[in-house]
Amino acid sequence: MEPMSKNVLVLADVREGELRNVSLESLAAAIKVADGGTVTAAVFGSKGKDLVEKLAHHGADRVLLVPNEQLDTYTTDAYFQAFKQVIEKVEPDVIFTGHTAIGRDVSPRIAARLNLGLVSDCTDVELKDGKILLTRPIYAGKAFVKKAFRDGIVFATLRPNNIPALEADTGRSAEVEELDVQIAPDSLRTLIKDVVRKASEGVDLSEARVVVSGGRGVKSAEGFKPLQELADLLGGAVGASRGACDADYCDYALQIGQTGKVVTPDLYIACGISGAIQHLAGMSNSKVIVAINKDPEANIFSVADYGIVGDLFEVVPMLTEEFKKVLAEG
Amino acid sequence: MNILVCLKQTFDTEERIVIEDGQISEDGVEFVINPYDEYAVEEAIRLRDEHGGEVTVITVGPERAEQALRTAMAMGADKGIIVDDEDLESADEYSIARVLAAVIEDLDYDIILSGYMAVDDGSAQVGPRLAELLGIPHISTITKLTVDGETVEVEKDVEGDTEYIQSKLPILVTAQQGLNDPRYPSLPGIMKAKKKPLERMDLDDLDVDEDELEGKTETLEIFLPPEKEAGKILDGELEDQVKELVHLLRNEAKVI
Repeated sequence: MEPMSKNVLVLADVREGELRNVSLESLAAAIKVADGGTVTAAVFGSKGKDLVEKLAHHGADRVLLVPNEQLDTYTTDAYFQAFKQVIEKVEPDVIFTGHTAIGRDVSPRIAARLNLGLVSDCTDVELKDGKILLTRPIYAGKAFVKKAFRDGIVFATLRPNNIPALEADTGRSAEVEELDVQIAPDSLRTLIKDVVRKASEGVDLSEARVVVSGGRGVKSAEGFKPLQELADLLGGAVGASRGACDADYCDYALQIGQTGKVVTPDLYIACGISGAIQHLAGMSNSKVIVAINKDPEANIFSVADYGIVGDLFEVVPMLTEEFKKVLAEG
Repeated sequence: MNILVCLKQTFDTEERIVIEDGQISEDGVEFVINPYDEYAVEEAIRLRDEHGGEVTVITVGPERAEQALRTAMAMGADKGIIVDDEDLESADEYSIARVLAAVIEDLDYDIILSGYMAVDDGSAQVGPRLAELLGIPHISTITKLTVDGETVEVEKDVEGDTEYIQSKLPILVTAQQGLNDPRYPSLPGIMKAKKKPLERMDLDDLDVDEDELEGKTETLEIFLPPEKEAGKILDGELEDQVKELVHLLRNEAKVI
């Protein structure tokens, strides 16, 4: 029988010099399907060297650095050129990236250029009888599909927070190589003039282990404060329902639902959210859901593991205090 | 300015999903313009009103998808093109992007808009793929768009951060929520839309090799997520409920 092992390429997702968790999760997925083949991580940007150890500890056999300064900040055209050359060098059977601002922007362009299929936003990856099967949500998680490739390279973007990363094995090391990619300045057709960081403090919503989310019941922008305090204490992020965004209590970047973000944290605390079907689509696959709502008939209770019927402005600060106490006890 | 909008007709986001014979049932389902594409339609109309020109809305889909084009024309788009061909049943994002590229290669355009993703498949692929096939740049998830001569300035949402990006026409941009508030079609708009030109095409009308349109990926199975069992509503004094909740989260659910 032919060896079934596969060479897998993972594009590391680096934001402001930090390796994102989804890259470690992608390495875990890569090992699952490689079946003894080589797992290569590609890292773009001048500080890639600093990330080699971490990638090796989490499963990369080989790290390919493209150390151009032009890749320190993501732009589609620069990443596209580097990614394409990496693929031509590695000749992978499988490619994984995160389903993040970077992965979902550059991957479809690469797929189009190389005539490849692409399965986006996968929540699970498995190897069955030598075939790679990819599970992904449709209708924002109201249903799921299992997909496979008819032919060509298997190419997928993986949703953060779904495929567990491997424990770091500090005994592992990786072969390191640099790839020289020439990026002509005039080939870059979009120019970033400025960046305003809103999400700089705190945890990224799509990768957060804990999400504290507010709905119309939060009543004002000010009303999100107690939610933020609870989220900060638990190392989580704040989200919102469409109602809260439409009412201008918060930015649309926080919206969770079928329009907006889909999140699957370990703990989702819904505060003053009624639970419209379009919101449930964005959060009902969270591992544990807590609902806090004045209305005992609120639909959110139908998906909640634990519910408290009460005023969020009373319950949330009490919850924060109680967590503080318990966490201090260790 | 010639403005193209690629849109998809999708289930209304209020719809529940029912699976029948392994497929998603369309029985009694309300269809709408994909909400992200609706932002693109609105932005296209505003661009046209500011700079002059024409808005053409394009879709690939079954006959019912015509209604989405009519709605876009009732909002103010000038004409529509639908590609409807039963050979597209095994299509995936690879195939759809190629069909759209074949339609658009024959058109004059300065800018192409679409939603950054559709609320049904949620793949976020067709926009960037199409731009690559047409050999033009793209900027995804934009929340503001200004065109001045050949210069394009956008604000792009990057997971909560905002990037201010400059580029040039021709370009493809994909809409993020927050780009605008789409208008409702007016009654006169709806009446006018009925008389606006709508071109129907199938694959024979396009310069594409049908064998090259088969999807690269296939769907093996569609399934619903496991139903959640009803949870536990706590009772007693509020203070005790809060204590119990924290205890449960730590010791039963073990998430804290």
